[in-house]
Formats: sequence, structure tokens, C-alpha cells
Amino acid sequence: MTFSLSRVLAMMLKELVQIRRDRLTFGMMVGIPLMQLLLFGYAINADPKHLPVAVRDADGGPVGRAVIAAMQASQYFDVTLLPATEAESEAILAGGAAQFVVSIPPDFSRRVLRGERPGLLVEADATDPAATANALGVLERLAAHAADRDLSGPHARLRQGAPPFELIVHRRYNPEGETAFNIVPGLMGVVLTMTMVIMTCLAVTRERERGTMESLLATPLTPFEVMIGKIVPYVGIGYLQVAFILGTAKLLFAVPMVGSLALLSAVTVVFIVANLAVGFTFSTLAANQLQAVQAGFFFFLPSILLSGFMFPFRGMPEWAQVLGEALPLTHFLRVVRGILLKGSGWGEVALDVAAIALFAVAAGAVAIRRYRMTLD
Amino acid sequence: MTDAIRVTGLTKRFGARTVVDAVDLRVPEGRIMGFLGPNGSGKTTTIRMLCGLLTVDGGEGTVLGLDIRTAAAAIKRQAGYMTQRFSLYEDMTVGENLDFAARVQSVPGRRARVAEALDRMGLGGRRDQLAGHLSGGWKQRLALAATILHKPRLLLLDEPTAGVDPQARREFWDRIHGFAAEGMTVLVSTHYMDEAERCHAIAYIAYGKLLAAGSVAEVTAAAGLAAADVSGGDPELVRRIKALPSVETATAMGAQVHVAGADAAALAADLDRLAAEGLSWRPAPANLEDVFIHLMARRPDPAEAAR
Repeated sequence: MTFSLSRVLAMMLKELVQIRRDRLTFGMMVGIPLMQLLLFGYAINADPKHLPVAVRDADGGPVGRAVIAAMQASQYFDVTLLPATEAESEAILAGGAAQFVVSIPPDFSRRVLRGERPGLLVEADATDPAATANALGVLERLAAHAADRDLSGPHARLRQGAPPFELIVHRRYNPEGETAFNIVPGLMGVVLTMTMVIMTCLAVTRERERGTMESLLATPLTPFEVMIGKIVPYVGIGYLQVAFILGTAKLLFAVPMVGSLALLSAVTVVFIVANLAVGFTFSTLAANQLQAVQAGFFFFLPSILLSGFMFPFRGMPEWAQVLGEALPLTHFLRVVRGILLKGSGWGEVALDVAAIALFAVAAGAVAIRRYRMTLD
Repeated sequence: MTDAIRVTGLTKRFGARTVVDAVDLRVPEGRIMGFLGPNGSGKTTTIRMLCGLLTVDGGEGTVLGLDIRTAAAAIKRQAGYMTQRFSLYEDMTVGENLDFAARVQSVPGRRARVAEALDRMGLGGRRDQLAGHLSGGWKQRLALAATILHKPRLLLLDEPTAGVDPQARREFWDRIHGFAAEGMTVLVSTHYMDEAERCHAIAYIAYGKLLAAGSVAEVTAAAGLAAADVSGGDPELVRRIKALPSVETATAMGAQVHVAGADAAALAADLDRLAAEGLSWRPAPANLEDVFIHLMARRPDPAEAAR
């Protein structure tokens, strides 16, 4: 065996010429690292602050207000809602409008001053334990001294020893703080995004790359017929994946399934179609199967990072949340976690489902518009 | 007799480049029209425009009585287009490919028609073979079978016999003539002169322009070329003959050299001078190749001319 530097050089030069020709691949070499830098550098935050809190203050006294003020001051909590009844607070937590509900019982302030150590109930939406862990830690610390200013004069002795009230924390929906309960249902959306987008994109690009598109276009098939015919089989495949993941979630991870599986299946079809439409749109842009996979990755990366799958959605800066809201996975994660862990019904998930449906329609419209019936 | 294809001024531009330039084409029903021209002359583009695969940039006309600019969908139902490159599914069997084509074309009595096509093309024994495993000649048969499943009134065949052995080519052309006898109109592009001679009429296109059309005899006569066969002499002979001013083409054919030129008298005079050196020559009929090279010589490549 001989080694010829000039032969290796010939090979290297050929590779460089081909890389330069493939503009999309070239763009991806810059685009993907750039996207990762921006998302990991600016968007992702493992220590979410300014989490929305609903406060039901049945007392209205100074100690309760002091506790709330201290929470706000910690930067971890933003009071956004003031429910009047218990049912209202329950709906807020179930719908995901707030991460925490703080309930201040009647006569709270008076009982504190009397040294009775009344309870202060904090309910946390713990479907994503990572989103609440730090905030709850902070809460425990600040509770001890939140009321110090109110405990002056004759009440000053209450500052010593145990906190003047009992902080009762309920980690709702996931009391053990099992990360798997959050990740495994989420994985369903992630797997569907990855496979559905790339599979359809490949399916259409393959026709073009292998030259079979020319025969296909010469037949009476219309673009809409081609699209439906391409998409429906993958909807079936998507369902098989869902069944597999759900089965595994139940058997291996004992993920609770509180809500209706029928509702989950109905919503899943909308999500699958949304992703397939994205794949179809990408296929009209990609010239070959490699580019199709790259385009799929370009969609997958922000989906996984900005949807709240890997990192708490509420920890991200405003702009990243806006981007995240535009992705179907973000809404699907809320729906899946809502149905499985919280037992959400149609009423709670309708808005997120509508967002996914809107996305599907928009992506489908783009796909149909871009799909050419001719070879021009 | 009505025309299956009747287009005038057909034009296609890709960017600034005019690939098909004001082509007029008429193919009467039931006829086989050979479509000839060098690579990149616009044959494929023309065929694609005829079957609605490319939008037309200029010109007008009808295919099977349907407007090519507005009735592409209807044309697709009645025409059969066989692509230059094999464009069926290599990872599907012969039977599956035909079944798909039949379904897409909404062929009535699908099973029977697929069976009939398999039988007619002699593909019956290969029904369960993957299309990708077929050799060139069999792929071509399969492609043709898929193209005629819906009994089209017009066949558009783009270099169907490229890379196919002579025996298979001959059989293929017998089938084409069979279809024409049944009333199908055929437009077939080819590079083979013997195939051109099996057509009722030919059209010759170069650099997007139609240079000649008619029967082989008409096209040859219209060129008005004189030709001769020269024999005797050494291997250097071709080079010397090519240098003669009256000779447009000179082709070595074994020991002979076939020459052609536009000016019969000048050609005879030049060849007589060679005869004085001991070579012999006799007049011969000009063939299609002579004509095409002659036509090309008068129309320089616009891309070359621009340099």
C-alpha cells in the first residue's frame, strides 16, 4: 500500500469544491452553530425567575401583604392574578395560567400576631419540577423573615425561633417531583416532531432526487392529492410511535395518566399534521435528501430548546418565549402534560390546540403554494 | 386528418437563455414523428411543454385538441409521457409500479389492464422483481408499459432507446408501430439515424430552433447535398479530404470515406483531383447525418458565437 499526498490532495480539493457548491450545507455549517450559540447563550435559563403567581388573599391583613411583597422582591415571583374563590384558583393552576397559587386564610395576620402559627398554603404546578424547585427554595428562606417588620414592639419575640406561620407547600400534579413525569410525556412531542418533519421532507425530496417526480407530475395527480397521499400514512406511523411511548411511559416510568386518552389522541392528530405540513414545506425548499435532513434539524433544534421540553419555558426571556409560542411543540407539550398529569379536559387545552391547528393550516397553505405542478 | 399536436411559436426561456425558440410543430393523428437534434437542443424541454410539465413562455397551440396553456390537466389524462431517465420506483416491483400507475390514472378494470400490459410487454415473468434490479432494456419495457396503461391517444417518448441493445431497440420500434396502427400518435426523440428512418416524419431541432421537418426523403432532398464515397488511400485520407473546401463532412467508414457538401460541382472537381493520385470515388446518396451536420454548420452555436 502506498500513500500519495497528491492523490489525497486531489480528494480534498474535490470535497471542498463540492461543499462550496452545496450552498445550503454551507449555510448550515454557519447557521446551526450560530443558532445554538444564541439559544444556549441567551434564551436558556435553568434558574427561572418572575414566575406568575396567583394570590387569593382572604385576609387582607398586613402580614399576608408583607409576605407577598417579600416574594415579589425576591424576583422569583410576579403576582399576576388575584382569584377570589378556591374554584378560581384551582382553574388557574389547572389551566397553567400561573405557576403558583398562594392562599392566605382569613384572619391570617391576626393569628400570626397572636402567635398561633397559622398555615400559609402555597400550591405549585410541579409538572415541571425544574421550573419550581429554585423558587420554592427561595420561598422557604424568605418566609422565616417576611413578617419581621410587622412583628415589632410586643410581638418582637415571635421573630425568634420558628417562623411565625407555617408554610404549607403542595407540589401539585407531581408531588414526588419526578423529572420523568415531565420528560416522558414531553418526549412524545419531541419524537413526533423529529420523525414527522424529517420523514415527510425526505419522502417528497426522494421523489425529486430519484427523478420519479417527473413521472408523477405527468400524471393527473394534483398537488393536494399528492400532499394528502404522502401525509396520511405518516399520521398512522405517528400514532404507532405515540402508542409505543405511552406504553413505555406507563410500564417503565409509571407516568400517571389522569386525563382522557381519547382527548389526547384527538389532539395528537392535529399536532402530527402540523409537523407533516412543516416537513412538506421544507421539501419544497430542499434539493436533495441531505438538505431535507438539515432543514428538519433546523426546525428541530429551536423546537427542543424553546418549547419548554429541556428547559423551563417561563425561565426564558420574553423574545424567546414569543418564538417558543410560535412552535407547535410548545403548545403540544402543554396539552400532553396537561392531559396526562393534570387531567385537563377540552376546556383547558382548547387554546393550545387552536394554536397548533392554526400552525398546521398556515404551514399547509405555504406547502401547497410552494409545491409546483410543473418542473419550472 | 386532424393533428394530434399543432403548436406554433412555442418558446421557453430559463432566465436569459431561450431554450426553445419559436418552434412550430405539427403531428397528424396516428403518425410517428421522430424528434432529432444534438444534446441540449431543446428536445426534452419541448416535450415537457407539450405534456404540461413546463409552463409555456410563448407561442400557442393544441395537443389532442386541448390548449397547452390552459388544459394541462386534461392533456395529462390523455397523453402518456415516458421520461428520458427511468422514473418509476426502483424499490417497488414491476407489478406494484404498474398498479400504482393504473390507480393514479384511474384506469377502469385495473387488474385486467395491468395483466394485459404485463402480457403485452412480455413482463409477466418479472412481475415480482424489483424495478431497480431490471436491466436497461427491461426497465424501458416497464416504463413503456406504465405509459400506455391508460390507453393514451398520444405517446411522448423522450429518448426511450438510449442505452438499450439493438435487439431490444428493434422490438421497441415494432411495438411503437403497433401502437400507431391502433391510432396512437407518437412523438419520439432519438439520436439514432436508423430510428429516424423508421418514423413517418422527422423534425430536427438545434439550439432551440426547428431547422427542418418532413419525411426523411423530404428533409434530405430539401438540404440539396451532394455526397460521395471515396475509397483507396491511407489512414491520413480523412484528414486530407476534410481540408478540401467543398467538403462539409467526411466520415471514415471502414476503408471508405463518406463525404458530403452543398456544391455538387465543386465536390466533384475536388474529388477528381484526388482521383488523379490513384484514389477512386463514386457518387452516393446523402444520408440524414450529412444533412444534420450540414444544417448545424449553417447555424453556429449562439453561445460559441457570443465569445
